[in-house]
Amino acid sequence: MAKKVKVYALSTCGWCRKTVEWLKKNEIKAEIVYTDKIEDPAEKEKVTAEAKAKAGKLTFPTVVVCDANDECVITGYDPAAMEEKLLK
Amino acid sequence: MTEEELKAKAAALREKLDREAREGGYILNPDADMTGFLCEGLVRNIERYGYMACPCRLASGRREEDLDIICPCDYRDPDLDEHGACFCALYVDSDIAAGKKEARSVPERRPGEKERAAARAAAKAPSPEKSAPARGAGGMKVWRCKVCGYLCARPEPPLKCPVCKADKDRFEEFAF
Repeated sequence: MAKKVKVYALSTCGWCRKTVEWLKKNEIKAEIVYTDKIEDPAEKEKVTAEAKAKAGKLTFPTVVVCDANDECVITGYDPAAMEEKLLK
Repeated sequence: MTEEELKAKAAALREKLDREAREGGYILNPDADMTGFLCEGLVRNIERYGYMACPCRLASGRREEDLDIICPCDYRDPDLDEHGACFCALYVDSDIAAGKKEARSVPERRPGEKERAAARAAAKAPSPEKSAPARGAGGMKVWRCKVCGYLCARPEPPLKCPVCKADKDRFEEFAF
């Protein structure tokens, strides 16, 4: 099973932009959720709670990498951790 | 706001922040691409919320709840001390500015929503356990800027902190 990547991000955050650029450069498909752009308050709260539950706190970017057996969460722009989880 | 207007406002803000940083002994990240993008984020947040909420944190839209993340945020100085850069890397230390070190993403130190709400409530509630408020000459109140620690004795806080330019509502009454 291919790894599924979801990024909780903010459209105004510099480290989020770097994370998205890193994923693009490495041709990794990812679902990018720009939390600040969600207009519906209930949806925003749901997504925020989801991101917080994954990382243990609300922080951007939060990158969630899933495969069949494992789920890994990377917080902040961490190219070394993304390389380890996504390119090896 | 058109893309052109956004770029122009962000460039003007960058210039202002750079000048204010220098005056206060801080350094704006010389990485123009990063700083320019963050200033665009700050301009967008001023438009969205009416105040300069941190571009790297999710603002509630309620100023009172977001005071700690209005740029420069309450966490900038501890992050500069510990990591050499603030959470966004808008402000950096001299090593990063000189290219001796690279700015890195730093861990979030902002407390969770519940802790922040409790701290706001505790600050408002009178308590016998609280330390005595400091008094300057003639019994004048002493105010502390929560962003940079600047202290002054006057009846009310200044409109802007003369060091870090934080607004009046970022001051707290100083107690021993």
